[in-house]
Amino acid sequence: MKITVFYFARLKETLKYSTEDMELSDSVYEKPLTILQLKGILAKRGEVWQTMLLGKHKVRGAINHELVHDAAVIEDGDEVAFFPPVTGG
Amino acid sequence: MAVQVQLEDFNVNDALQTLRANNPNVGAIVSFVGLVRDINEGDAVNTLTLEHYPGMTEKALSAIIENAKTRWNVIDALVIHRVGTLKPCEQIVLVAVTSAHRGEAFKACEFIMDYLKTQAPFWKKESIHQNGETQTRWIEPKDTDDAAQARW
Repeated sequence: MKITVFYFARLKETLKYSTEDMELSDSVYEKPLTILQLKGILAKRGEVWQTMLLGKHKVRGAINHELVHDAAVIEDGDEVAFFPPVTGG
Repeated sequence: MAVQVQLEDFNVNDALQTLRANNPNVGAIVSFVGLVRDINEGDAVNTLTLEHYPGMTEKALSAIIENAKTRWNVIDALVIHRVGTLKPCEQIVLVAVTSAHRGEAFKACEFIMDYLKTQAPFWKKESIHQNGETQTRWIEPKDTDDAAQARW
């Protein structure tokens, strides 16, 4: 499965990633791939990733530009994004 | 309906004139302008920098306006939101709503602003003056904003 992942605000700054293309082989995830599962896969990259994605700060997820919950299912080709709660206006 | 995300400042009067477009059905325009303040949580603010998620931002703002239109008799609505680095006194956001009578426009304008605060993907980072030094910090979301959205 191929997806694109975007990071914004504090996540982008701390992870030093704004976007990446990910190719996930069947062996690294259990179907269906959820937002929560993807956070877990990314958290394995190291302490900073663990802290930013599964730490005390709230992380919001979006799939194809829609805000979603942790249980939302990611499909092949999706655009996924992780960011802190929004503070516009 | 119009949604604009831009670096440049906006002219409120021009925007309101365009929104009403000499439509004789419009009996009320309600507008809200958000501005950069010079003090936040007791610290002097030098600048405020706004980041957003291009693509999602426009969709989220359009969806909020559509939602408002299902609840009230809105004739038209406009959101202009700036991004980039702004200084105190600068304009950040304009929400404007036209309707036949004021009640619907007041409610819809407040609704759009409350939803924008919690649903539209913008993030603010401020540069502040603290203990004689310049520092930057991300603005934290407020529980009062969640409460304001939840009441609708």
